[in-house]
Amino acid sequence: MTDYQVVRRPNTLLRNLNSKIASIPMILTALVVFVGGTVWTVFYSFTNSKLLPRSVFVGFDQYERLWASERWIVSIQNLAIYGFFALIFSFVVGFVLAAFMDQKIRFESVFRTIFLYPFALSFIVTGLVWQWLLNPDFGVQHVVRSLGWTGFTFDPLYTQSIVIYGVLIAALWQGTGLVMVLMLAGLRGIDEDIWKASRVDGIPMVKTYLLIIIPMMRPVFITTLVIVASGIVKVYDLVVAQTSGGPGIASEVPAKYVYDYMFQAQNLGQGFAASTMMLITISIIIIPWAYLEFGGKKRG
Amino acid sequence: MNTSVSVKDLTLKFGAVTVLDKLNLDIKDGEFLVLLGSSGCGKSTLLNCIAGLLEPTDGQIFIKDKNVTWEEPKDRGIGMVFQSYALYPQMSVEKNLSFGLRIAGMDKAEIDKRVARASEILQIGPLLQRKPAALSGGQRQRVAIGRALVRDVDVFLFDEPLSNLDAKLRSELRVEIKRLHQNLKNTMIYVTHDQIEALTLADRIAIMRSGLIQQLDDPMTIYNEPNNLYVAGFIGSPAMNFFKGEITSADGRPAFVTNGVTFMLDGYRAKNPLQPGTKAVLGLRPEHISVDGPETVNTHQAVVEIEEPMGADNLIWLKHAGQSMSVRIGGNRRYRPGAQVKLAYDMSLASLFDAESELRI
Amino acid sequence: MADQATLNTVAAAADASRGSLSGPRGNRPRPLFSTRNIVLYGTLTLAAIYYLVPLYVMVVTSLKSMPEIRMGNIFSPPVEITFEPWVKAWAQACTGLNCDGLSRGFGNSIRITIPSVIISILIASINGYALANWRFKGMETFFTVLVIGAFIPYQVMIYPIVIVLREIGIYGTLSGLIVVHTIFGMPILTLLFRNYFASLPEELFKAARVDGAGFWNIYFRIMLPMSLPIFVVAMIIQITGIWNDFLFGVVFTRPEYYPMTVQLNNIVNSVQGVKEYNVNMAATILTGLVPLIVYFVSGKLFVRGIAAGAVKG
Repeated sequence: MTDYQVVRRPNTLLRNLNSKIASIPMILTALVVFVGGTVWTVFYSFTNSKLLPRSVFVGFDQYERLWASERWIVSIQNLAIYGFFALIFSFVVGFVLAAFMDQKIRFESVFRTIFLYPFALSFIVTGLVWQWLLNPDFGVQHVVRSLGWTGFTFDPLYTQSIVIYGVLIAALWQGTGLVMVLMLAGLRGIDEDIWKASRVDGIPMVKTYLLIIIPMMRPVFITTLVIVASGIVKVYDLVVAQTSGGPGIASEVPAKYVYDYMFQAQNLGQGFAASTMMLITISIIIIPWAYLEFGGKKRG
Repeated sequence: MNTSVSVKDLTLKFGAVTVLDKLNLDIKDGEFLVLLGSSGCGKSTLLNCIAGLLEPTDGQIFIKDKNVTWEEPKDRGIGMVFQSYALYPQMSVEKNLSFGLRIAGMDKAEIDKRVARASEILQIGPLLQRKPAALSGGQRQRVAIGRALVRDVDVFLFDEPLSNLDAKLRSELRVEIKRLHQNLKNTMIYVTHDQIEALTLADRIAIMRSGLIQQLDDPMTIYNEPNNLYVAGFIGSPAMNFFKGEITSADGRPAFVTNGVTFMLDGYRAKNPLQPGTKAVLGLRPEHISVDGPETVNTHQAVVEIEEPMGADNLIWLKHAGQSMSVRIGGNRRYRPGAQVKLAYDMSLASLFDAESELRI
Repeated sequence: MADQATLNTVAAAADASRGSLSGPRGNRPRPLFSTRNIVLYGTLTLAAIYYLVPLYVMVVTSLKSMPEIRMGNIFSPPVEITFEPWVKAWAQACTGLNCDGLSRGFGNSIRITIPSVIISILIASINGYALANWRFKGMETFFTVLVIGAFIPYQVMIYPIVIVLREIGIYGTLSGLIVVHTIFGMPILTLLFRNYFASLPEELFKAARVDGAGFWNIYFRIMLPMSLPIFVVAMIIQITGIWNDFLFGVVFTRPEYYPMTVQLNNIVNSVQGVKEYNVNMAATILTGLVPLIVYFVSGKLFVRGIAAGAVKG
């Protein structure tokens, strides 16, 4: 028993080899595309690249030009308005619908199917439908006027000051179902006994929701917030389809600014600078969340 | 007697946590060894290391005198049975049994022969074409044992195989596993937290705690002569009664004093000479105390507090020497709370531990 | 003989006890039209109408002729149903120089979606399986980078990808777009599969290893057959996601390979010619049809798919 045989220790690199092979696409994507691509773009945002990337450094010139551009300012303002109201409305409506759906109602799956189907549609389809519904000559405005209410005006897509709200209506139609489903899943995850206890204690239903259920659903709210918020920053197709950024530049958004400068205005430097600003916006949302989510508990 | 499985200085760390600490264990050929301990003691970890499912941080594992520390599980000559049965849900019983053999590329005739033999031993012939979902818990575990059986291996590993079954099935399968061991005479290593399983099945029991083996002995020794306070408290249900006190001498004979009550230690087989003045713990099993029996040198008065009739037995709780203690008596002997009883002890069955080192004296 | 007073008392007592018997018993009656129900179902029904109106308007508009659209209102059902807008949208609508309708975009979307879905799911499922069962040092770090990378706006990464694809020589082709969809589908799919495989009992994996099965044998013979539902969920996520994509289609393909969404947008928002709203709506429905069918057929699995994005790892 004492003769300790020498056994070939498998080469460390070759051990678990199949798993390493299977991970190559993940590693390449994470390192080359996500990290590499991001670093590359941030790097070239400090150059004066026009049609092709060039490594002539100009410091913060691109950023100064960006923040001096009226179109960028409008884009940022639009994103702020759109983001603020989209979050508020989708959360309030989504939660209320979910709470209603959670009352052991009949036809639950029918209602859920109806609330969620727009989410299966693309932003292009959504934008085009709402472009048609909000068409002042044929859509809602026309219908109301033909009912005898001739002074009625509702044409957001043709009015610079409120066009972004027209986009907002379409976005809410498309996305509230998602929030509803996530909230409903959160509500279903709450222990039945909590409800029994609050009934025995005689706490009214609305108070139970506000004081007990919503605080318990904090993780669901945070996850939903991150998902919805990162979707908001990326908004692009919807605007392209519904308004093409018009009238004028009244409904421009940052993502569209990036695309137009990179692929149409042939001003890569501006595109890189604008996309870096988008990255910073997302980081403000993601970093605190990732810190809370992954920072606290390290698993082995 | 040949050694079948041998573990040398086995250490396993998960980050900063040491699960197994320089553990040594030799298991004889054909032995039924039970690893017993509460959850988190490292018993399943040790079994997984022997199976090759966990890589040790340090140390070696030998099976049949072959160093298998770096071998794949399939090359170690082991079969394993899991608590959750771990049957492949999409395969029929027959396919479950033959999966490993098919992977190894064994020829069809030999596979059929082995499956037939296993299903005969375990009497699962009629179930062969069923899916695991259509089996009861007991049948599933039989199939899981069969999967280890067809591998025709030297060593069987059981990881809490009966814990998911109800009490009745558990005792049935326990007998069956014992019968299997008597017929096959393979080495079996069996992990459990159930002391009844351990006591009934094992040739030897290894009681583990915090990654260390506390005692490795045959069941009767473990029960009658526990090595230390932990083992004494762990084995036996209801648990052993402990009295904290001091060793003295009375009339020139060794004795034990607690709260002014003296226990004569006549008949106690001490490992070392008893030193008066030593702080010690006296352990008395509830079933080793007689109630209202013939008088001995150790006869004490006590008052019944609570009675717990359990059918065959009757457990009475008494106040004695300033603390609560339990005594097991026959089920037909009843005492009302408040009754005065006379207790007598057989010191040859008692245990005495050093209060500081907690080791048996 | 008992006196009258006592008898009365006894009778009263009996009455009283009978009275309590005739009190509330059994099921408490609940009116069908309680305030609660009216508010509950009323609100839900109103919301449902709001969600359904656009679909309804799309359908009725696509079935009307242009003169009828100009005369009537968008909510009225078609007086005379015509399928001509659908035919036109499918086979004749113009984008730029081509006038062969959406059928071209449909074909392209099919040719993009099918290989992208298969390749991305294959890669991600094997990778998720490796993450759950065959860990090696540093693997989780790459995975964390991958998941966090999913939140980076695509705009930040598209130009470097354009350069890489151009260097490889597949920029502008269908294969280039398939690679892009595989890359950007990877975080969510890998997360989905990793979590699923990690939720399977570990003892099953151990049993298979004791049986001598290796990486691929366990994947193909144990894990894969057990995981069909999660593969369906992954397919739902990918089919709808890739079919609905617009940005990657515009950036990474040449016009002859444009997917359906891009072509639809070009048809509807083209500035030339008279606007044919009925054709536009028919084209819009056609483009939304594939994800809608997937949605209605898959039902609960679709919900599971979007919830998968929300559950943390």
